[in-house]
Amino acid sequence: MKAVCWEGRGDVRVETVPDPTLLNPRDAIVRITSTAICGSDLHLYDGFIPTMQEGDILGHEFMGIVEDVGRGAANLKKGDRVIVPFPIACGHCFFCMHDLYSCCDNSNPNAWMAEKFYGYTAAGLFGYSHMLGGYAGGQAEYARVPFADVGPFKVPDHLTDEQVLFLTDIYPTGFMAAENCNIQPRDTVAVWGCGPVGQFAIRSAYLLGAGRVIAIDTVPERLKMANEGGAETLDSMDPDVFYKLRNMTGGLGPDACIDAVGMEAHGPHLDYVYDKVKTMTFMATDRISALRQAIHACRKGGTVSVPGVYGGLLDKVPFGAAMNKGLTIKTGQTHVHKYLPRLLRYIETGEIDPSFVVTHRVSLDEAPDMYRTFRDKKDGCVKVVMKPH
Amino acid sequence: MAVAAMNYEGRVNVGRVERWLSMVAGGALAAYALKRRDKPGGAVALAGAALLYRGATGHCDLYQQLGINRAHGNGAREFGTGVIADRGSDTREQLGGGRGIHVEESVTINRPLSELYRFWRNFENLPTFMNHLESVSTREEGISHWVAKGPARMSVEWDARIINEVENKVIGWQSLDGSTISTAGSVNFGEDAHGTRVTVHLQYNPPGGKLGAAIAKLFGEEPNQTIREDLRRFKQLMEAGEIPTTQGQPSGRKRRPSYTGTKA
Ligand SMILES: NC(=O)c1ccc[n+]([C@@H]2O[C@H](COP(=O)([O-])OP(=O)(O)OC[C@H]3O[C@@H](n4cnc5c(N)ncnc54)[C@H](O)[C@@H]3O)[C@@H](O)[C@H]2O)c1
Ligand SMILES: [Zn+2]
Ligand SMILES: [Zn+2]
Repeated sequence: MKAVCWEGRGDVRVETVPDPTLLNPRDAIVRITSTAICGSDLHLYDGFIPTMQEGDILGHEFMGIVEDVGRGAANLKKGDRVIVPFPIACGHCFFCMHDLYSCCDNSNPNAWMAEKFYGYTAAGLFGYSHMLGGYAGGQAEYARVPFADVGPFKVPDHLTDEQVLFLTDIYPTGFMAAENCNIQPRDTVAVWGCGPVGQFAIRSAYLLGAGRVIAIDTVPERLKMANEGGAETLDSMDPDVFYKLRNMTGGLGPDACIDAVGMEAHGPHLDYVYDKVKTMTFMATDRISALRQAIHACRKGGTVSVPGVYGGLLDKVPFGAAMNKGLTIKTGQTHVHKYLPRLLRYIETGEIDPSFVVTHRVSLDEAPDMYRTFRDKKDGCVKVVMKPH
Repeated sequence: MAVAAMNYEGRVNVGRVERWLSMVAGGALAAYALKRRDKPGGAVALAGAALLYRGATGHCDLYQQLGINRAHGNGAREFGTGVIADRGSDTREQLGGGRGIHVEESVTINRPLSELYRFWRNFENLPTFMNHLESVSTREEGISHWVAKGPARMSVEWDARIINEVENKVIGWQSLDGSTISTAGSVNFGEDAHGTRVTVHLQYNPPGGKLGAAIAKLFGEEPNQTIREDLRRFKQLMEAGEIPTTQGQPSGRKRRPSYTGTKA
């Protein structure tokens, strides 16, 4: 089959690889009909996540038709149309039982490696480094899905791929980011980053009762999309973001701040240059200007919610501000499974149509170009969906 | 150990990973991790470490943990986490006064205690999650025969007997006199807020020479990690019904196999 492989920093290629097979009783094989590129893939593409190996198959936002099922996944059958959550979860450990699916204890074959980095391992993820499982991803014609009796979620035929595909990751991610804000009616929520995650965070914040959302980014078409979602916008390259936020909130600051940017933030301030130098010289692993600003801007007693991905050690985190202002910080890889029934209902009732983020529809062969376009935010690119079949 | 001990077949940028590790894990752990990998033939180093450990802790509570007797009497009188058996089963005697390597690892499993106990007590099951074991068979009541995969297709075999058993609580075993390997161990089961806690204590004393090196390798350069991985697989098997793997999945690597998968 054809698959999108990571071949080094800034180098992905479409290669011909063997078809996947069932390896464990609870596995299923899915023939992929739609698969997306995520902002998280850019962290791999840019070489920010360690333990990638040349030839690794990328992709964790995919859906399709069940092609083969192991005897331990009897609730699925050939022909079922499913979306596949990006974290791999066993469904039976303490964490899965508590809806903390992305913290599953039993799905990372390389748990020991993650333990060296993090103390304890999180769930294995599709196509997201060896430390997080080393699983082949879903930017391919087929994928093997472990614990298929727990992960794959059947979707109704009357909804299109593009309407349900983002249940795999970015829609629940934006939703969990907003849910983590503990939004009270009429709260103001500020969202850093208007990529796909930020877009879903904006809409979810309103859905959960926010009175006002202020979105921060510098890419015009992304700001426009945020605006269409009801957000007021600020330019992240404007050195006065903090002051503007303060004035927009009557001197209080936003009730909650969402960092939907993650470890490769850009920024207008000197701290960005500092981060850039430090990460380039291996003295820090992450560039964190958005997170700093979110903590700094948040009102006293407010919440900073961090869906943005961080990898390792963050330098100059304003923890004093967080402590003295009594902030709550919430974060995590998304517990996708937990949100599926609820979010599917919103799609079915027309509360939201997630396909609004899609700007590029291409074949698998165009992956190398699309990674570049998406990373460079060229051509109005917000979300790429690839059609392997 | 650590990242360095991975079976790097591909051209992974080890330097970058190590640097990342050392940043993340902080100096001490990383320095330890990186230094350890240069040590040849783990046996000497390990024995040294074990001696150091013993030196530092004095008389350890091993026998208590292993459920080994110092007093007379038979039957299962509970004693700490362990239980009293008969006098001759003192591992300190067999292991020459308690020398050797001692490992303790714990895991919490979200399954009923009795189910876990039953699975473990059936020693034939152990090789399903202990990768270095080839087979365990029961010879006669209380005596079992253990075959482990050694390096270079050399297998190491020994007989062990149960020296201690309290249902749903503890199983203790010890190699018979004159075995190629001197080993004693115990597994304790206890209820915990988050499931059943399973704790393994293992002590072994590799003989000198070639065989000793083979045995040392058997338990890994880091015996703690080896036992930890065994317990992890036990948990995975009992909770998830299978051990997660990526072995056999496709990749774009032409010849070079993946450097990860299930850790031995
Ligand atoms: N927690 C999870 O489970 C989860 C799931 C999916 C994605 N993510 C993470 O969420 C983040 C966003 O994902 P995405 O797909 O939207 O990525 P993306 O790259 O498309 O979007 C990031 C956006 O942030 C903007 N940005 C950069 N620096 C900024 C700054 N200082 N202030 C404001 N905006 C800034 C960029 O212009 C870009 O539009 C990534 O870190 C991704 O890894 C996390
Ligand atoms: Zn993603
Ligand atoms: Zn689990």
